[in-house]
Amino acid sequence: MPENGSIPVRDTGPQSEIRRAIREFAEAEVLPHASRWDEEERFPAEAVSQLGELGFLGPIFPERYGGAGLRYAEYAVLVEELARADASLAITVAAHVSLAANHIYEQGTESQREKFLTRLANGSALGAWSLTEPGAGSDAGGTRTSAVRDGDSYVLNGSKTFTTNGSVADIAICMASTSPELRTHGISAFIVERGTPGFRPGRKERKLGHCASDTSEMVFEDCRVPAQNLLGEEDSGFAAAMKILDGGRISIAALSLGIAEAAFECAVAYARTRRQFDRPIADFQGVRFPLADSKMEIEASRLLIQKACAMKDAGLRTTTESALAKLHASETAVRVTNRALQVLGGYGYTRSYPVERYLRDARLMTIGEGTSEVQRLIIARSLLGRVSG
Amino acid sequence: MSVQAFEDPVAPRTPVPRDGRPAPLSVLGAEERLHFAAVSEFGAREVAPRSRAMEAAGRIPDDLLGALAENGFFGLSAPEEHGGLGLGLFGVVLTVEALARADASVALLVDVHNTLITVAVDRFGADEQRTRFLPGLANGRIGAFSLSEAHAGSDAFALSTAARAVPGGFRLDGSKAWVSGGREAGLFLVFARAPEGITAFLVERENPGLEVGPPESKVGLKASSTTPLFLTDCFVPAPDVLGPVGGGRRLAMALLNEGRIGIAAQLVGIGQAALDLAAGYAAERRTFGRPIRTRQAVAFALADAAARVETARLATWNAARLADQGSDLRHAAAIAKLTAQRMAERVTSLGIEIHGGTGYTTDCLAEKLWRDAKAGTIYEGTENMQLLTIASGFRPWRDR
Ligand SMILES: Cc1cc2nc3c(=O)[nH]c(=O)nc-3n(C[C@H](O)[C@H](O)[C@H](O)COP(=O)(O)OP(=O)(O)OC[C@H]3O[C@@H](n4cnc5c(N)ncnc54)[C@H](O)[C@@H]3O)c2cc1C
Ligand SMILES: Cc1cc2nc3c(=O)[nH]c(=O)nc-3n(C[C@H](O)[C@H](O)[C@H](O)COP(=O)(O)OP(=O)(O)OC[C@H]3O[C@@H](n4cnc5c(N)ncnc54)[C@H](O)[C@@H]3O)c2cc1C
Repeated sequence: MPENGSIPVRDTGPQSEIRRAIREFAEAEVLPHASRWDEEERFPAEAVSQLGELGFLGPIFPERYGGAGLRYAEYAVLVEELARADASLAITVAAHVSLAANHIYEQGTESQREKFLTRLANGSALGAWSLTEPGAGSDAGGTRTSAVRDGDSYVLNGSKTFTTNGSVADIAICMASTSPELRTHGISAFIVERGTPGFRPGRKERKLGHCASDTSEMVFEDCRVPAQNLLGEEDSGFAAAMKILDGGRISIAALSLGIAEAAFECAVAYARTRRQFDRPIADFQGVRFPLADSKMEIEASRLLIQKACAMKDAGLRTTTESALAKLHASETAVRVTNRALQVLGGYGYTRSYPVERYLRDARLMTIGEGTSEVQRLIIARSLLGRVSG
Repeated sequence: MSVQAFEDPVAPRTPVPRDGRPAPLSVLGAEERLHFAAVSEFGAREVAPRSRAMEAAGRIPDDLLGALAENGFFGLSAPEEHGGLGLGLFGVVLTVEALARADASVALLVDVHNTLITVAVDRFGADEQRTRFLPGLANGRIGAFSLSEAHAGSDAFALSTAARAVPGGFRLDGSKAWVSGGREAGLFLVFARAPEGITAFLVERENPGLEVGPPESKVGLKASSTTPLFLTDCFVPAPDVLGPVGGGRRLAMALLNEGRIGIAAQLVGIGQAALDLAAGYAAERRTFGRPIRTRQAVAFALADAAARVETARLATWNAARLADQGSDLRHAAAIAKLTAQRMAERVTSLGIEIHGGTGYTTDCLAEKLWRDAKAGTIYEGTENMQLLTIASGFRPWRDR
C-alpha cells in the first residue's frame, strides 16, 4: 500500500500483510488513546491482550509453540507499525517478543518451550527480561543479584532495575550471578514466574517518555526458583544475553524507525498547511531541506534494519549489523523528531500535537538495549579488535 | 563533588587592566562578580530545591514570587529613581543565566519582565508613563509581552488584533497567543493593529475587556504559564499607548533584539546546569572498572559541550555589552541566541545520554533541562528566524 510513498519497494507479501493488519488495529484501538495513556502514565493492558488475541505476541515463533511462524523481517514491520501509533505499546511488545520469549525459544529446553514459550507466544502470558541493575548497565559485570544452588532449586537475592514490563509480566527472565568471581562469565539466566514466593515487583520508574510502558524494579528476597527454570547452561547467561540483544536491537531500531516516521509525516503535513508570510512554510528551504534530510535518514534506517533482518532470517549472527541498525535508527529518531517539532514551532512544544511525545519517546532509543556508545564499542571491536590492556 | 576540568568558567578571576585595552569578555567587574554570586546563591537556596515541585504544580508559587520581588529581581532594569537597580542588560543577563541554572521557568519570568516590559516602558515611555508604571514593575507587578497570535508567529507583524480609535483612547478586539507569564502578570504589553499601523498598548490586568485564558499544556517550562489573551471591546486610554501610534513594529523589533539576548542567557544557564550535572555524574559512575569520564567518548563529548557553553556565553555577554554601549545589535543578538539555542539543545541531550537509563527518569534533572531547553529554538524567533536575521545583515568582516 504505497499510498504515501513511505512504504519501501521491498515490502514483501507477508510484510505488507502484517503492516496493513497492524495499521488497521493501531488506528482503531491505539491511536485514539495513545496521548491519554501517555499523559496518565497508564499501561494499556487491554490493548496488549487484544494484540495477544490477534496473534501478534508470538510472531516469530513456530506455530507448534503458539506462534505465527513469521520471519524477523515481518516482526520488524510489526514493531515499526506499532511504534508509529504508540512507542510505549511497541516497547512492551518488543521486550516481550524479542527479549523474553525469544530467550526461551533460542536457549530453552523443549519442556521449557512447551511450558513457558507457548503461553508467551499465544498471548496468555506477558514476558519481561532483565539484565540491568543499578551497578550493571553497559557493564553487566557489575551484576550483584545472586543465585545460589540449593538442592533442586536456586535461591535468588537482589534486585534488577529498569525492567520493561517488570511489574506487569507473568514470566520474567532474570540474569543473576551464579559464580560472582567469574563476573560476566558467572551469570546465568532464570525463568521466574509471577507469584513465586520472594519475588515481587519494586518501584516503578517515572520517565521522560514511553510513559505508558511499565519500567520497574524486580526484587528477589530468598526467592526459590526450581532448577529446571535455569535457562541455558549455568554461567553461560551473559553470552546468551548478548546474543538475545542482537535480536532485540533490531526491534529497537524498528521502533525508532516507527517513531521517526510518525513525527516526519506529521511535520510534512503541517508544513503543507501552515502559512506564514503569505505562503505555506513548506515553500521555505529552511523547512523543506531539513525534511529532505529526514527522509534520507529514515530510508537509510530502514535499509539497515532490512539487512540485519535478512541476515538473521538466514541464520547468520548479526552482532555488528544489529548495532549498526540500532545506532543509526535511534540517532535518526532523535534528530527527525526534533526537526519535526521545529517545523511545528510553538504548537510543537505543546500537547496539542503528538510530536512532543514522539520526541520524548525517541530519546530512549539511544539508551535502551545498549547506549549509542555501546553500539560504537561493538562496531569498533568488529573493525579493530579488542582494546589491548 | 569537584570536577577540576569542568570548573565554573565564570569563577572569580581578577581582571588585570593592561594599557587601557578592553578586558577579555569573560572577565567580570567586581560588582558584576558579586551580583552573579549573590544570584547564584539565591537560586541554589530558594529556587533549585523547588524546581521539580513547581514543574509538577505547573506554577511558580506566590511565596517565591514574593521572595523574587523582595530581592529586587523585578527591578533589575528599572532605573534607581523609580525603585529599581538600574542594571544594564549585562546585569540582567548575568542574573538570568544564574537563575536559569536553578530553574528555567523562573528565569524566563524574570527575563521577560525586565528585558521586554520594564525596558519598553523605560525607553519608549513618556515621563508620565515611566512615573506611573516603573515603580510598580520594579516592585513586583509582573509584566508580560503579547505579540504572537495563533496565525502570526514567525510572521508576527501579520497580527490581526484590531485597535479602533475611540474618544479618549482605543478599543482592542482579538485574541493573542502564547503569553509567557500571562497568569501572573499585572501589566501586558499588547501589540494590535490601529489604522496607522501596529501599535503597542499597556493593558492592565484589571481591564474588564481583557480575559486571560487557560495556560497551554507544554512539554517543558511547565512552571511558566503560557496563556492566550482575549480582548473584547477592551478600552485602553490614550495615555496607555506606548510610543507613537503606528510605531509598534519598530518598538517590538528593538525590544526583541534585547529579549533574544536574555533568552540566550537563559539557555546558557540551562546548558551550564546540564554540563555540570553530567560532568559530576561522569566522574562518579563506573563501568568496566573505571569512571566513565576516563573514556574518550565521554570526556570528548563533555569537552565539546564545555566549548559550546563557553562559546554561547561569550556571544551572549558580548551582545549584552554591545547593548549597554548603545551599539546596533540585531546581528549580535541573533548570533547569540542561535549559538545558545543550538548549544542548549545539544548539551542537554548529552546530559541525558551520559546518565544512561537514569537520565531518562524523572529522578534525574537531565530530562527536565532537555525539555526546558527545547523552547529556546522556538520563542523570541525560531532557529530559522535567527538565521534569516543574520543572513540579512551579513557583511564581510573588513567593512565593519
Ligand atoms: C525505559 C527503559 C527501559 C529499559 N528496559 C530494560 C529491560 O527491559 N531490560 C533490561 O535489562 N534493561 C532495560 N533498561 C536498561 C538499559 O538497557 C540501560 O539503562 C542501558 O543499557 C544503559 O545502562 P546504564 O543506565 O547503567 O548506563 P551506564 O552503563 O552507566 O552508562 C552511562 C553512560 O556512560 C557511557 N559508557 C559506559 N561505558 C562506556 C564505555 N566503556 N565507553 C564509552 N562510554 C561508556 C554510556 O554510553 C552512557 O552514556 C531499560 C532502561 C530504560 C530507561
Ligand atoms: C513556551 C513559549 C513561550 C512563548 N512566549 C511568548 C510571549 O511571551 N510572547 C509572545 O508574543 N510570544 C510568545 N511565544 C510565541 C513564539 O514567539 C512563537 O511560537 C514563535 O515566534 C514561532 O511562531 P509559531 O509558533 O507560530 O511558528 P511558525 O511561525 O508557524 O513557524 C513554524 C516553522 O516554520 C518556520 N518558518 C516560518 N517562517 C519561515 C521563513 N520565512 N523561512 C524559514 N522558515 C520559516 C519556523 O522557523 C518554524 O520552524 C511563546 C512560545 C512558546 C512555545
